[in-house]
Amino acid sequence: MLAYIVRRLLYAVPILLGVNLLTFALFFVVNSPDDMARMQLGAKRVTPEAIEKWKAERGYDKPLLWNEAAPGLEKATRTIFFEKSLRLFVFDFGFSEDRRDIGREIAARMWPSLALAVPVFAVGLAVCVTFALLLAFFRATYLDFWGVVVCVAMMSVSTLFYIIGGQYVFSKLWRLVPISGYAEGPDALKFLVLPVVIGVVAGIGANTRWYRTLFLEEMARDYVRTARAKGLSEPAVLFGHVLRNALIPILTGVVAVIPLLFLGSLLMESFFGIPGLGSYTIDAIQAQDFAVVRAMVFIGSVFYIAGLILTDLSYTLVDPRIRFE
Amino acid sequence: MPVVLATDVLLWLLVAAGIGYALYCRGRAHLAAPWARVFRSPAAVAAAVVLSAYLAVALADSLHFRPALARNAEGGARGYSVEVLSVLDALVPGLRTRTEKTYSAPLATRSFAKEQIELPGGGITRDFPRLRWGGAHLRDESEWAQDVAWRTAKGLGLAAVLIGFAALALRALRRRRPEVPWHAGFLAFAVLAVIFCPAFALAGGYHVLGTDKVGNDVFYMALKSVRTSLVIGTVTTLVLLPVGVALGIMAGYFKGWVDDVIQYVYTTLNSIPGVLLIAASVLMMQVAMDRHPEWFATAAERADAKLLVLCAILGLTSWTGLARLLRGESLKLSELEYIQAAHALGVRHGRILARHILPNVAHIVVIAMVMDFSGLVLAEAVLSYVGVGVDPSTSSFGTMINAARMEMSRDPAVWWTLATAFVFMLALVLAANLFADAVRDGFDPRVRVGEVAPAGAR
Amino acid sequence: MSHPALAIEALATRLDSPQGEVRAVDGVDLELRRGECLALVGESGCGKSMTALSVLRLLPETGRIADGRVLLEGEDLLALPEAAMRAVRGRRIAIIFQEPSTALNPVLTVGRQIVEVIRRHTALRGRAARRRAAELLAQAGVPDPARRLDEFPFQLSGGLKQRVMIAAALAADPEVLLADEPTTALDVTIQAQILDLLARLQSERGLAVLLITHDLGVVAQMAQRVAVMYAGQIVETATREQFFRAPQHPYSRKLFDALPGPEKRAAALAVIPGQVPPLVGEFRGCRFAERCDEAIERCKWVAPRMVELPGGHRARCLLREKGPAAAPGEPTVVASRRAAAAAAGAPLLEVRDLKVHFPIRRGVLRRTVGWVKAVDGVSLDIAAGRTLALVGESGCGKTTAGKAILRLLPLAGGSVRFDGADLAALGREKLRRLRRAMQIVFQDPYASLNPRLRVADILAEGMRALGVGASEAERESRVAALLEQVGLPAEAASRYPHEFSGGQRQRIAIARALAVEPRLIVCDEPTSALDVSVQAQILNLLRELQERLGLAHLFITHNISVVEYLAHEVAVMYLGRIVERGTADEVLGAPKHPYTEALLSAVPRISGRREIVRLAGELPSPANPPAGCHFHPRCPQARAECRERWPEAVRLSRTRTVACVLYRSSAASSI
Repeated sequence: MLAYIVRRLLYAVPILLGVNLLTFALFFVVNSPDDMARMQLGAKRVTPEAIEKWKAERGYDKPLLWNEAAPGLEKATRTIFFEKSLRLFVFDFGFSEDRRDIGREIAARMWPSLALAVPVFAVGLAVCVTFALLLAFFRATYLDFWGVVVCVAMMSVSTLFYIIGGQYVFSKLWRLVPISGYAEGPDALKFLVLPVVIGVVAGIGANTRWYRTLFLEEMARDYVRTARAKGLSEPAVLFGHVLRNALIPILTGVVAVIPLLFLGSLLMESFFGIPGLGSYTIDAIQAQDFAVVRAMVFIGSVFYIAGLILTDLSYTLVDPRIRFE
Repeated sequence: MPVVLATDVLLWLLVAAGIGYALYCRGRAHLAAPWARVFRSPAAVAAAVVLSAYLAVALADSLHFRPALARNAEGGARGYSVEVLSVLDALVPGLRTRTEKTYSAPLATRSFAKEQIELPGGGITRDFPRLRWGGAHLRDESEWAQDVAWRTAKGLGLAAVLIGFAALALRALRRRRPEVPWHAGFLAFAVLAVIFCPAFALAGGYHVLGTDKVGNDVFYMALKSVRTSLVIGTVTTLVLLPVGVALGIMAGYFKGWVDDVIQYVYTTLNSIPGVLLIAASVLMMQVAMDRHPEWFATAAERADAKLLVLCAILGLTSWTGLARLLRGESLKLSELEYIQAAHALGVRHGRILARHILPNVAHIVVIAMVMDFSGLVLAEAVLSYVGVGVDPSTSSFGTMINAARMEMSRDPAVWWTLATAFVFMLALVLAANLFADAVRDGFDPRVRVGEVAPAGAR
Repeated sequence: MSHPALAIEALATRLDSPQGEVRAVDGVDLELRRGECLALVGESGCGKSMTALSVLRLLPETGRIADGRVLLEGEDLLALPEAAMRAVRGRRIAIIFQEPSTALNPVLTVGRQIVEVIRRHTALRGRAARRRAAELLAQAGVPDPARRLDEFPFQLSGGLKQRVMIAAALAADPEVLLADEPTTALDVTIQAQILDLLARLQSERGLAVLLITHDLGVVAQMAQRVAVMYAGQIVETATREQFFRAPQHPYSRKLFDALPGPEKRAAALAVIPGQVPPLVGEFRGCRFAERCDEAIERCKWVAPRMVELPGGHRARCLLREKGPAAAPGEPTVVASRRAAAAAAGAPLLEVRDLKVHFPIRRGVLRRTVGWVKAVDGVSLDIAAGRTLALVGESGCGKTTAGKAILRLLPLAGGSVRFDGADLAALGREKLRRLRRAMQIVFQDPYASLNPRLRVADILAEGMRALGVGASEAERESRVAALLEQVGLPAEAASRYPHEFSGGQRQRIAIARALAVEPRLIVCDEPTSALDVSVQAQILNLLRELQERLGLAHLFITHNISVVEYLAHEVAVMYLGRIVERGTADEVLGAPKHPYTEALLSAVPRISGRREIVRLAGELPSPANPPAGCHFHPRCPQARAECRERWPEAVRLSRTRTVACVLYRSSAASSI
């Protein structure tokens, strides 16, 4: 077991290295730092001196991979690749365009992100599993049929409309909650209620339908027939047998996204003005702040890999077939 | 002068490929059978009719040309406008050119915002000015209701004629293929006719769905957005298909180090959050395109290239799902006895891949294609909102939403742009989802194509 | 008059399918008496399992009971509300299924799955319920029951899982047990254990057992009465003695004739032509008429009713209205045609010390920490025109050996000489050319043909790859010739595999192998997925082809009666090694190795019961075989030295070797 985890952790290194190389190629090879400087500075101030100054301020004035001018080991270290890409491995993200420490920014913005993402995740899971169980219990009835129709209709609506519509109805028409904003502490509640509800509702269609499929698949298995042949009632079969088996793929699938909750939700945060990592990312993209984008790419990969490892671990916890291997 | 845009070519090629595939399936019972099952579902038939309508609009919008300018006085070479138009623009000429100053509500005759107006007798008042085009033919605004009713009636009359023809077709089709639920398709057609015939009839004199901030007709923009959505939904698949299929089946069939390498590549790509990877790629391409303005002759070509690049980026960042699916399936297949029999018969690897593996995963490819479509259409909206979507000059549902989202907070709210985008998108995505469901059920209900959300729309 | 334990009257069950409504069960009448074992016999698709599921009202969602009554002690189960029916399931009627590995819930412990029945139907709770579950496991012959309660199904072997199923089924002390092919998924030595267990429980508890099976041998061993089912109907009922002495329905008689066995070696097996008719739509005459060689004109138009014959024997046949048929003549046991045939010539295939090992990887770097020795030193010879049967239970490595001989798997050691050339040493290209000479026919006719290729392409593929036939036209004519050779119509060439039945597909697979003109064919359980009547067709075809083309066959199987019918020589495999080999008469007539003896005696015979050498336990894992003789932990004659080392093979005659210490003294020479 331990060996397994160690192996997965070791496997993470080449993947992060790959991510690093890929972002490096995207950011520095496809376009030179000069191009970025020109874009950041805007059309009017582009003079060669301004470009040089911009590059020097940000440390982009070094060679990409190999610094002939530097002495000894610094030939490799005083390069853009080493300073901008490899440093990410020690979570040294550098500074953003507005000269702020990205690492500190990320640490501070994680909490609002989590305050929104965790409730959406937990409530959404509970709601969707419940609905899916209901549909599975009433399978092949009108309730099931129309339930699925509603699910398909709901998943055909873009998240953007859920957000805009929700804000319009609850905040503007009914004035129940503020349209957007955020506060520390318990005050955050009134800002978070609407985004949480919208986040849950936006996910209901796809997830309920997906879980229902898993339940129905499980219900077609032989052991369910055995359970019925024992004289068990339908709820006993559903909760005692089907649920346990169907929860294995649900839980392990869900576990994979838990670390990603830290990244927050792009759309929600930006629409509701929540100062989390999602809105940070979106602002960085819109401001073309490459240092922040690079940092978020790296962090995202780290969380993704953490999710993979957690998935494997959760399998061993919930599935006895794997636990005893 | 015809203008051939890259996405036009790809879209038409796809249509040709679709027709070719259909003809190929016709002669082969085992290929035609799943499609026959698909079209046994009423929802699929209705969805197919709706999708065909969208496709027709998109195709009409995919034949581009530059209109000739009037010969100049010296009688020199014939000039062409720099503006690139499509057949769709030619079919509904008024919609494109009749722009107002700013917002106006659907079917309105007056602007949405008050303006200083000079009175004919001198003096200035503040009022809602009459629109330049919307209802301009009315001598008196009191005729408005009557005119609207008359135009609607004319539209409904046309709809009735069309529905009548469809009913005749329905009878003939029912006799030829009684097992297909044609009535569902007929119903969908009737609904479309009843909605769109009056809409076009009204569009001659009004802005049916209002105008946006700079006075463009919203109905026209919605029609133009259809093509963008379809291009994104299909051309992207075209990019990801060869990569995903080739790598997926090779990983599953060869196993060993080939599998390790391919798995490494897709795990690495997957590990980068989708939006960020797309955003980074799009930004970088944008910088490159800004640096080389000489690449494009017209603004339309430039916008089109951006659209194509977006498709390519979406495709290259989302082939991993398909590859993983196909890897699993090929892994299973490669253990099957008919593959082992082929080994025993000395059949070479390339031939085994082409004749034994590929045809037996083809159904998964079909399912993945149709299931990806709706996800990609939704993703476009999100990406355009984030600012890494299509060119701002290209109309798309994403840009429509993006431009209009702040206007809901106005009082009274400017709701029509959003509502239009909502309805057009919902109809498209819902039809695509229903059709995809039927395709999956018809081909192989056990295939699980993961929810494709390359933009991480959470 | 007291009621029978279970009476089924005019039961009709319908299933919805894409082809239309299937009359899976179509007017079945059955009577199961108290304490009796009634065998319901039939081939796949005849509706026997649906009958059992209908009794419990556990049909799949596409099914429904259209008509009839199911009387349990006189009470109609079909009229009960669902809640009352639940009180019957498990409590008064229990069922065990064919596949124990899927019938048990994989994520619940064995204990929970038994206790659940106890809690549902008895007053026992907590500790007491658990103790009762352990008792039940002990009664079902599960060793160390208290520990097993906390294990999960995947930790148990197939035989143990079926014992757990039985324990759970009997937990509430039911009156009726429905056993749906309870031993079909199990090996023959395990089958013998489970059948013993069922017979013991039945007599101890006075259970009424409805035993559903396709195996006449199992029927002969277990049943007091027999009912034969064909195409949704019961066509014959009788006591066991009556049935085996003189079966009355032509279908039953044909089933007996189609069974392979040693006494039928001289001639081709009887076959039932055609297939079971599709159960969609109405029947007019007798359902068997089209395949019946005794059919008269009237059979096509008049649906036969059950005819009462003397002694309570009943048959659904118009011919029986005139009176019972005579008992078929005892088949004369002919001296083996094969033994009489000239002794084999020089071997075509010589396998020496063949080894196939699969790595077990563990640890951080997935280093190989051990090997599963699936095949561990197998030697055999086959001459042209001869059939060597490689016999053993599942997991013994026989299929692996077959594939390794064709180099479809990498060898870990040993040599495979084909006509003088050592395959193990050949490079890719040379090997490819040699592939023409050796082909394989697989077990599963559904997985062995590519569903996307037309039959003509399937047959031509090997010819193209290996350069058989000079031109496309020549290959095309060869395809036609091949189809004729395997008894398929010429128009089959342009059709796809899914249009054919299992037996026909197996013919296509044989034709594919023949297409490249091989000299050796490895037949990997080619008939084990087929019904008896279809199996007979395929066995006949293989034999005929061998005689005509002089092919050498390596016939891999677990089915002893097929071996008895077909093989010239036999090699018995246990856990990766051959324990005994010799001519068919030697090995099957007078088995020497204790495992061979046990294996042969465990096969249920239609000729009645005989003494069974019982084997304890099950096949150990080849990853961790027992030290010394692999068989010693299960061997009734094991000695101390058996634990020490593997006994060398001892030559007992010119053709026969045995690897057992019992025969060391008589060793003539050792190889």
